[in-house]
This record gives sequence, C-alpha cells and structure tokens, in this order.
Amino acid sequence: MILSTRALSFGYGTRSVLRDLDVVIPERRVTAILGPNGCGKSTLLKAMARLIRPASGQVLLDGADIRNQDTRALARRLAILPQAPVAPEGILVGDLVRRGRIPWRGLLSPWRAEDARACAAALQAVGLTHLAHRPLDELSGGQRQRAWIALVLAQEPRLLLLDEPTTFLDLVHQVEVLSLLRRRNRESGLTVVSVLHDMNLAARFSDHLILLGPQGLVAAGAPDLVLTPESLHAAFGLRAVVQPDPVAGTPMVIPA
Amino acid sequence: MTRLLPALLVLFLAVAASLVAGARALPLVEYARAFAAYDLANPAHITLMQIRIPRLLGGLVAGAALGIAGTVMQTITRNPLADPGILGINAGAAFTLLLGGLLLGQPDAATVTLLALPGAALASALVFMLGGGMRGDAGPVRLTLAGAALNAMLLSLVSAIVLLRQESLDVFRFWVAGSLAEAGARPILFMALLAAGGGLVALAAAPRIEALLLGEALSRGLGTRPGWVQAAALVAVTLTTSAAVGVAGPIAFLGLIVPPIARRFAGSSLRMQLLVSALLGAALLLMADALGRVVIPPSEVRAGIMTALIGAPVFIWLARRVRSGAFG
Repeated sequence: MILSTRALSFGYGTRSVLRDLDVVIPERRVTAILGPNGCGKSTLLKAMARLIRPASGQVLLDGADIRNQDTRALARRLAILPQAPVAPEGILVGDLVRRGRIPWRGLLSPWRAEDARACAAALQAVGLTHLAHRPLDELSGGQRQRAWIALVLAQEPRLLLLDEPTTFLDLVHQVEVLSLLRRRNRESGLTVVSVLHDMNLAARFSDHLILLGPQGLVAAGAPDLVLTPESLHAAFGLRAVVQPDPVAGTPMVIPA
Repeated sequence: MTRLLPALLVLFLAVAASLVAGARALPLVEYARAFAAYDLANPAHITLMQIRIPRLLGGLVAGAALGIAGTVMQTITRNPLADPGILGINAGAAFTLLLGGLLLGQPDAATVTLLALPGAALASALVFMLGGGMRGDAGPVRLTLAGAALNAMLLSLVSAIVLLRQESLDVFRFWVAGSLAEAGARPILFMALLAAGGGLVALAAAPRIEALLLGEALSRGLGTRPGWVQAAALVAVTLTTSAAVGVAGPIAFLGLIVPPIARRFAGSSLRMQLLVSALLGAALLLMADALGRVVIPPSEVRAGIMTALIGAPVFIWLARRVRSGAFG
C-alpha cells in the first residue's frame, strides 16, 4: 500500500504552511518526517491520516483519494497515534489496547478470538504482556508510550503514522520506541511514518527521510542523501557538519 | 457473565421487596394464587394486580432507563456529575408539561406523560446543537456547559409558568417529585419500548463511545465519526430519559449514583457498564419505592424523594472513596 500526496496545500489564516507538496511514502519501509518547528510536519501527518482537510490537493492511498474511502475500512489499513492521546482515567493497559479493535467490530458483534489474538500479539510486540492488568497511570513514561503503540498495533494496520512518538521520552526510551517500531517493520512489513525531532536517531532508525523547510519540501530519500550540510542549511538555516555515526555508519549531524 | 451476577441478585431482592412492601401485608401464597386463579372479589388480588405489579413494571422500566441514561451521559461528557437533571432534559420535560397544562387545563396521568416527552427530546437536541453538534467538536466541556445553560433557562421558564397559574402549580408540585404510584395509569408499554430502543442504541454505540474517550484525533484514526457517535449517544439518552420521566416523573440522583457503582462491578467495558447500570438502576428505584411505602405508614414517601435521601449520602461516600472524579 503506497501513501502519497499530490499538490497538497495548507494554510492557517493568511499564512500558507505547505504548498503544492508531493511526497511518496515507500511501502514496507520506515520513514521519518523532519523539519523545523512550524514547517508543517504534523500537518502533513494529520492530512495523511485524514484528520484534517487540506486547502487543496489530495492524499492518495494506492492512487485513490482517501477522502472517498469508507472511514472504517480505512482505519483497518491505516492507523495514527496522535501527539497527545487522552487516556480514560484509571484504565488498565489491557483495556486500552483492546480499543484498537474498534474498527474491526460490528455494531452488536461480541469480542472474538481474533480480537483477543491481535491484542495479545500487540502487547507482546511492545513487551508489556506482564503489565496488561496494571492501570496505565502507574506505568513509566516509556512504558505508557509503548502501551499507546500497542493500541495502534492491535488495530492491525498496514500503515502506521506516529506524531512525535519520542518527544517526551529520555534517550533510552526514545531508542526503545524507535527500535521497537523498526522491529515491527522488519518482522511484519508494517509501513511506519513518524514525525521526529532528533535527526541522528531518525537517520539511524529510518530507511527514508522527508526533510521539510519553511519553503516546503527540501529533500526526500535515503538518510545519507537527505542529511547533507546544504539541505540542513536550506531547512533549518543551520550550519552543520555531517559525519558518519561511529556505531551505525548512518549520517550524524553536528552543528558547526 | 459473572460480572452481571451481583447486580442480578440485587435486582432479585429489590423485586421481592417491591412486591411485599406496602400498607397491606400480603401472604406470599396469595401471589401464586393471584396468578393461578385471579379472583376479582379478593382485595389482595386486586392490590397485587392493579397496584403492585404496575409499580414493579414501572420501576423496572424507569430505573433501568435512568441507569443507562446516566452512564451514557457521564461517559460522553467525561463528567461524573452529569445526569439528566444537569443537561436540562428534566427541565425540558417539565417545561412542555406545564405549557401543555396551560393550554389543556388539568391533564390526567397519561397526558402528563405524553406532554413531558417532547420537552425531553427537544432539550436533548438543543443541548447537542449548542454543544457543537454534528461538526463533531462537541467536547465534553462544551456539552456540559450547554446543558447547564439550557437547564437554567428552562427552569426559569418553568418558574414563570408556575407563578402565572395556580392550577399548573398543583400539577407541577405533584409531578416534580417523581413517583411510581401513578405508573399503572401511564402508558408503561410504550415507555418500555422507548427505553429498550434507547438501550439498544447505547449498546450498539458503546465501542465507538469508548473510542471517543481517547481524544478526537485517535478516535477518528480508529474509524469513528465523533459527530455521529455523539448524536447516537444523545438519541440513547433522550429515549431512555423520556421513558423514565414518562413513567415516574423526574427521579433525582438515580442517574448520578448508579453509574459509579456500576463501574465498580462492571470493569472498563462500556457495554458491561450499561448492562449493570440498567440492572442496578431498576433495583435501586424499586428499593426506594418499597422503602417509601413502609417508612411512615399508612402514607407514602414519593420514590423521587427516597432516591434523593438514599442517593445523596451514597454519592458523597463514593466521591470520597474515589481518588479524583468518579472514574476509578
């Protein structure tokens, strides 16, 4: 399933945030969207999940406009974890994950064995099986973020969009979340798209980067092609040296 | 299923209490006899069939309906203090009831019921539109505020009518403290159908209401349309509240205290919470009604007053036990 945008434009008030943006999300790959604050990273992600309506242009899933697709059928293929989801007070981790099955359930249909299997697999994938009966509020920040990821994994999408999934986490938990997402990608072919801030981690854990700047798309492609001093200057106005990461060999951005 | 058992047991006891309690003590064997061979000359049989059974049915319908209405409202507004009173639905019922009284003169029990219905429905629809409506941005706070504002407005209109006409005051005084005493004279079957319809809508929408509680963005990502879910919730609330008001008049506190108790029994599944709320709501109303019949014999305390008397302390106790809000 290939997600792409065609001439996508947005404006807040008189200011236009994105103009005529054409991007393609490669299938079965991990993609990160990078760029300075306010350049429209989250806007792009939300538009791709059909949470907001673009001023003009289209979001295409396998070539068909997502506007014309059935809401529930779309939710079975494409999931989004927004930046600040709300947890019902006192909810248990297992009950939270169970809500990921909502798009698969009929109007009065009971809980089925395949729903239970999907939830168990999702908990297993994020390593929270042993905490399923604990209240979400008792978990640490990193565990809580993994519980939310388990919810969208239980949705069994082919394509997963995440809006800044690492923002409030310390480095250890950032690495944990990103490697978990890449593992899901490698194991099940899940297409992952995240908005990220840390370029070095993005380069380490992604196959494909989309770099946005104040004027729109700066570069898209493999990390070592996208993260160059020239493109970083165009996107952030930042003078930087790019060196290979001594551990993984992926590009590492060092502000000059 | 095991989660339903305690509530079923409580309901069973309440049904027994409702049949036994009263100014006239009836030996239990009379119940069996009345069903087997109804004797018109036997006053015990008449008491049972014409007074107690209708009251029992009325209590089942109104109580279950209020339990469901309260649970849906508290869930959708994320407000543990929400009930049909707070969102202005009872006030809407009172308003059209009095308006009808002004136009028609002294209405009888069945007419009172039918007059209260459009008001409840209208108030629900209004509160939904004021709160954001089908645009889907009716957040919990907006919905609660719209309800409170509408409630205040309708209550002032109600006061205006009551002050205007002495006869309407009499109807109102009698009606406003809800009771099951007139249940036999009201169209219970019709109300039971309304309540069942509302209950079904609530049960069907329950998973999508749960999605809505995760925030608008995630709930859309889960394939739900917030506007539709809120509309369905309001339809459920309107049908159940109208049915309850129609059978018993406004019953204070029941829609408020049943949901937090039900959550304790039912766990986090909204469907289970709705089922338990229906059972417990019916049980509590029947018990309040039965108690009201025996506290100061031979006269009766109206069930609406009893639920407030029992409900207020229970609610305070619950509110103190729960850490923050009643969603524990």
